[in-house]
Parts: sequence; C-alpha cells; structure tokens
Amino acid sequence: MVPLTHYLALGAILFLIGAAGVLMRRNAIMILLSIELMLNSVNITFVGFARQWADLTGQVFAIFVIAVAACEAAVGLAILISLNRDRQMMNVDEINLLKW
Amino acid sequence: MIRYAWLIPLFPLAGVLINGLLGSRVRDKAGHVASLMAGLSLLVVLGIAREMILGPGGSHVVPVWTWITAGSLSVSVSFLVDPLSTIMLLVVAGVGFVIHVYSIGYMHGDPGYPRFFTYLNLFMLSMLLLVMADNYLLMFVGWEGVGLCSYLLIGFWYEKQSASDAGKKAFIVNRIGDAGFLLGLFLIWTLTGSLSYAEVFKAAPQLAAPAATAIGLLLFIGAMGKSAQIPLYVWLPDAMEGPTPVSALIHAATMVTAGVYMVARTSPVYVQGPGALEVIALVGALTAIFSASIGLVQNDIKRVMAYSTVSQLGFMFMAMGVGAFASGIFHLMTHAFFKGLLFLGAGSVIHALHHAPAAQQQDMRYMGGLRSKMPVTYWCLVAAALALAGVPPFAGFWSKDEILAGAFFSGHYVVWGLGTAAALMTAFYVFRMIFMTFHGEMRVDHHAREHIRESPAVMTVPLVILAVLSVVGGVLPGFPPDAGWIHKFLAPSLAKAPGHAALDEGVRVVKAAAQAGAQGGGHGTAGIALIVLAIAVALGGIALAWRMYLRDTAAPARLERRFPGLYRLLLNKYYVDEIYQACIVEPIYRLMRALFDFDQKVVDGAVNGSSFLTVWFSRISGIFDLRTVDGAVNGTAGVIGFFSQLFKFIQSGMVQNYLFVMLLGVFLMVSAYLFR
Repeated sequence: MVPLTHYLALGAILFLIGAAGVLMRRNAIMILLSIELMLNSVNITFVGFARQWADLTGQVFAIFVIAVAACEAAVGLAILISLNRDRQMMNVDEINLLKW
Repeated sequence: MIRYAWLIPLFPLAGVLINGLLGSRVRDKAGHVASLMAGLSLLVVLGIAREMILGPGGSHVVPVWTWITAGSLSVSVSFLVDPLSTIMLLVVAGVGFVIHVYSIGYMHGDPGYPRFFTYLNLFMLSMLLLVMADNYLLMFVGWEGVGLCSYLLIGFWYEKQSASDAGKKAFIVNRIGDAGFLLGLFLIWTLTGSLSYAEVFKAAPQLAAPAATAIGLLLFIGAMGKSAQIPLYVWLPDAMEGPTPVSALIHAATMVTAGVYMVARTSPVYVQGPGALEVIALVGALTAIFSASIGLVQNDIKRVMAYSTVSQLGFMFMAMGVGAFASGIFHLMTHAFFKGLLFLGAGSVIHALHHAPAAQQQDMRYMGGLRSKMPVTYWCLVAAALALAGVPPFAGFWSKDEILAGAFFSGHYVVWGLGTAAALMTAFYVFRMIFMTFHGEMRVDHHAREHIRESPAVMTVPLVILAVLSVVGGVLPGFPPDAGWIHKFLAPSLAKAPGHAALDEGVRVVKAAAQAGAQGGGHGTAGIALIVLAIAVALGGIALAWRMYLRDTAAPARLERRFPGLYRLLLNKYYVDEIYQACIVEPIYRLMRALFDFDQKVVDGAVNGSSFLTVWFSRISGIFDLRTVDGAVNGTAGVIGFFSQLFKFIQSGMVQNYLFVMLLGVFLMVSAYLFR
C-alpha cells in the first residue's frame, strides 16, 4: 500500500515542475505542455485523497479534469496555430499586444 | 333639429379654414365658398326656427363640451336655443347670408378678396357664438370675436392711413367698454357663483337692488362700447372706412346690436336693479337725439347712415330702459332689415360712382339725379327710408312707435319727448339723403357720368330681399302693437319690468286704439293721439326735407348763414372727437412721454448700473475660478497622471509576468495562512 504522502509528494513535485515550465519556458507549446503537467499533478492528488478516504468523488473529479484538459488543449492549440499563421509568432515574449 | 344647433357656428368655421388656409387656391371662388357656408348655417337656423315657432318653443340647451372646470367655476361650451336667440339667429344668419351674396359683387376684383371672406365668415362664427351661448363667458368669447373681426374689417384697406386709424380707434374704444363688461362678469360670478344664464337668472330674484344695479351698469358699459352709445359711440362713424358690406353687416345689422341683445338677455337681472334701467333709458334717449342731430348736416352718405345707426341703437336702449324688452328686440330686427338695406343701397351707389374722384364717391353734394340711372337701388332705398322714418305700414313704424309708446305709458315723459324729437330728425335726414342722392340735377363729375349704371343682379337681388323685409317685416310679426306674434313668442325669454303693470295698461289702450283705427272708427284716446303724432312726425320730417332740398334748394344755405354757430357745431359732430383728443388722448400721451423719460433715465439707469456691477463681480469671480477652482481640478488630474506614469509599467503585456506575480501572491497568502 502506497501511503498518501507519496501521492502528495509526487503531485507537488510535478506541480512545481509544471509551474516552473509555465513561468520560464518561452515556447508557447511548451507552456501548454507544462499546464497539462500541472493539471495531471492535481489529478494525482485527487486520486490519492480519494483512495485515502475511500470516496469516489475524487476519482470522478479526476475524470472531469482530464476532459477539461482535453478541451483546453484543443482550444489552446487552435489559438496558437492561428497566432502562428497570422503573425509567425511562437515566443510568448513577443506576444505583448495587451501592453500599456 | 334643435339638437343640431352646434352645426350653425360650424359651417362658418369651415369657411374660415377653407378661405383662410387655401386663400391663394380658391381665389375667385372664396366668395362662393363663404356664401355657401353662410347659406348652410341659415338653412339650419331656418329648420330650428321652424321647430321653435310651429312647435311648443321653450328653452333648449345643447351641450357640446365642458370647457373650464376650476374649483366651483364650471363653464361649458353649450348652446341655448330659446325664442330670443331664435330671433337673433334669424337676423344674424339671414342678413348675414344676404350680405355675403352682395359682397361677391361688391368686392369683385379686390386684391384681398379671399381675406375679406375669411374675416366675414369669422365674424359670422363669432356673432353666432355670441347669440347662441348659454353662459356669459362663452358670450364674451363671441363678444371679443366680433370686436376683433370689426377691427380687421374696418382696417381691411389697411394701406389707407384713415382706415387703419379707424380700426384702431374702434378696437381701443371697445376695449374700454369690454373692461366694464368683464368687471360685470366678475361681479355676477362673485354674487351668484355661476356664469350660466339659467343659474344666474335663478339666483337673480335674491339679488339686492344695489348689487343688481351695479351688475347692470357694468354690463351696460360693455354695451356702450359695442353698441356705440354715449360716450363711447365715437368709433362707429369712423368705422365707415371699411368696405360697405361690412358697414351693413357689422356696423348696422348685427354686431352693434349685440349690446341690446345682451341687455335683453340679462333682463331678469336688470329688473332687480331699476336704477340701471333708468340710466340705460336716459343714455339711449340722449344718444338717439344727439347723433340724429349730427346726421342732419353730414354730407358723406355713409356717415349719415352711421349716425343714424347710433341713433337707432339709442332707440333700442330706450326700449330696454323703459322695460319694453320685446319692443327693443323687435326694433333690433326691423332695423337690421332696413339699415342693412340702406347701407347696401349706399354701397350700390358708391359702386356705381367708382370712376368719380375718390373724395366725391361718398359725398352727397356730388351726387343727385341718380334715380333714372339706378331704378332698383332707388326704389329699394325709398322703401328702407320710409321704414326708417316710421311711415306706416313699413317695418320701422311698428317697432319704433312701440318703443315711444312704451316710454310714454311707463311714465318716462322726458325719454319719450327726446325720442319723438329724434324721430322727427330721423325722417328728415334720411329723406335729405334720398333727395340729395337720387333727385334734383346731376352733380356727378362729368368723367364718371357715363359709367353710372345699375349694379349687377348679385347685388340688387339682396337689395330687393331686404326691401321686401323692410316693408312686411314690421307688420307681419308686430301687429297688433305690443300683442303681436313676436311679443308672444319672445315673452318666455324676457323678464317683466317693474313698471310693467302701467305698461300693460298703456298697451291695452294702444291696442284698442289700433284696432279701432284699423276698423275705421275713431276714439279719442291717448293711444290714438300717439299714433297720429308719430305719423305726423314722420311725414313732417319728410315734408321738411322735401321743402328744403327739392323745392327751395337755397334754404339750407340760408339756414346755414342764419345759424352759423349751430351749423358748425353739428357739422363737426359737437367737437366730441376733439374734446376726447384734448381731454383723454393728449393727457395720456403726456403721461406716456413722462413715463418714457422715467424709463430712460431711472429704470434704464438702474438696469445699466446693476449690469455694470455684475460685470465687475463677474471679473473677480472669474479670476477666483481660474486660479482656485481650475487649479484644484488640474492639480488632481496632475497627481493622478503622475502616479499613472509610475504604475503603467506593471502592465507589461506579458502573460508570464502576470502569472508569476499571481503565483507569488498565492504563495505569500498560503505562507501567511500556514505560518501565522
């Protein structure tokens, strides 16, 4: 039996890796991938707690998060593709149209 | 039919709208449109009159809408159809229609043709409102409306200075009377709490004599203005500047009789205040003889008529004053026929002379001998003159002598004496007019002579209609005297005067005498004596005119030399206009000039001073505004701008920065939560 702390530790490590990726990577696709990582780290945490408390709600929630992640990836990729087509941009430092 | 009474004023209103708004389109058809509208009104009037005369009569109120409701005051626009208003409607609509038709011929080719008929229809509308109103306020609306139309029509040829002056004079003099009328209305409302005839007359018997007298006198001031009585008669002779059909319609047959109608209508109030009636009788008698004497020497054919009208109005008020209300209305009716005819006939003469120099067209000294050239006009005018002079059986005899008999038998001997003298003068001046215009040698300008011809049928047919009415309009409704059809018909509408018992006695005597006279038997009674005297007076006046102006044509000049002062006094109308000018107009002008100076120096000075102060105060407050208020506003903006410059760099546009800050914030908050 894997103890709960292992799940939480793995989730925290994955979350930090994802967050660092989101903040530091410059390629937009990498950022999207990092977001997936963060979402899945949360899934691990959900599943871990579900198992610990024998409550299926957490499992169900993980399924929901996977579905939402799929949608998010689809929309995010679509935005990136149209952005790339329109302006040949992939580096997020250049995408600063909302500046003052 | 009576419930369609609201149609009567509606037709002239339609005519006003059509001619007034589409005047340039209808142009030459304006006269026909206006006459058609007047004719349709007349048809409705005839229908109503038929029902009133053949039916049970009575008094009917036709409500249209509620006009004003304020507190306890409630005034409605509703029409009263009773015997008195029926007679007035017949006169107004009948004579009005005839004169509309006549005007088609008379005004033909005038540049203001549609305007003329618009005004004429507007007048009909106002006059019909005046006589049909069932309350004093609506009557006042009509009263002012006819005043306005009178002003517009007197000044119809406004390019002429004298015409526009005469219009203004009529308007201003009428204002004076209207002020009295309005005060009378206020008093009626204060004392009875209502303005509708029915309620005022219901409350009238409870009125104290002084209150009723005050109301009566105030209303009579209004009547003095509108019906040209001393001292407010001065506008009527000048009103002859208007076109002749206007003189006939407004200043002879209808509008000027509005005052008489009003007094007759208010008779239930007047009988409560006999003092007012005495004043009316005296003013009427004085007016009658005063203006008849002026008429003796006037040379302008229309001015003779004008003074004659003033004088006949005096007769009507005499009748009102002595309590013979029905006789007054009867005389109003016959007068409308023969005076309208006299004016239209004079218009026909003027029309024939329109090639003569302008100053001679209306001057009887430049006429004469027109009888053979204008036979229809001549015979019609003779009929009217006989009616006015009071020769039996013409219309004027029956009504005028009824008034004189009424004055005599109610004990007003002074009034009776003045009236009889005025009647003598009346017979004289009207036949002087006939003889100077139609008889003797022709004195018309040679150039104009060949243009004289009889007027077209559209003008002579109205003359003939009115001539027939002048012949039979007195004897048919008015025989036997004081007990004829018209007296019985009018009786429900009129109050009985206080001295009526005596009057009734006298009436019986006259009636008996008249019947005796009709049967050829002679009884020496006062009544017969009166009738004989009246006939003698009429024939005497005519004979005198004949002697002075046909047989012995040097006589007028001789008299003029013998009494130069008197002649000049009469010719200059007793200098009344000059006296008014000196006593009223000049002081008012002086007052105006003094007020003008006061205005220029004191009022304008104060105004300019205050504006100067305001300018200086504005300057100071302007500086305060610029420095302090604007400074505060700009300072606030500057501070905000400064900080904005600083903080705008936060908005880098890079999502990762925002995200970093957000995560940092979450981290700090979670840390603070965990390690507090």
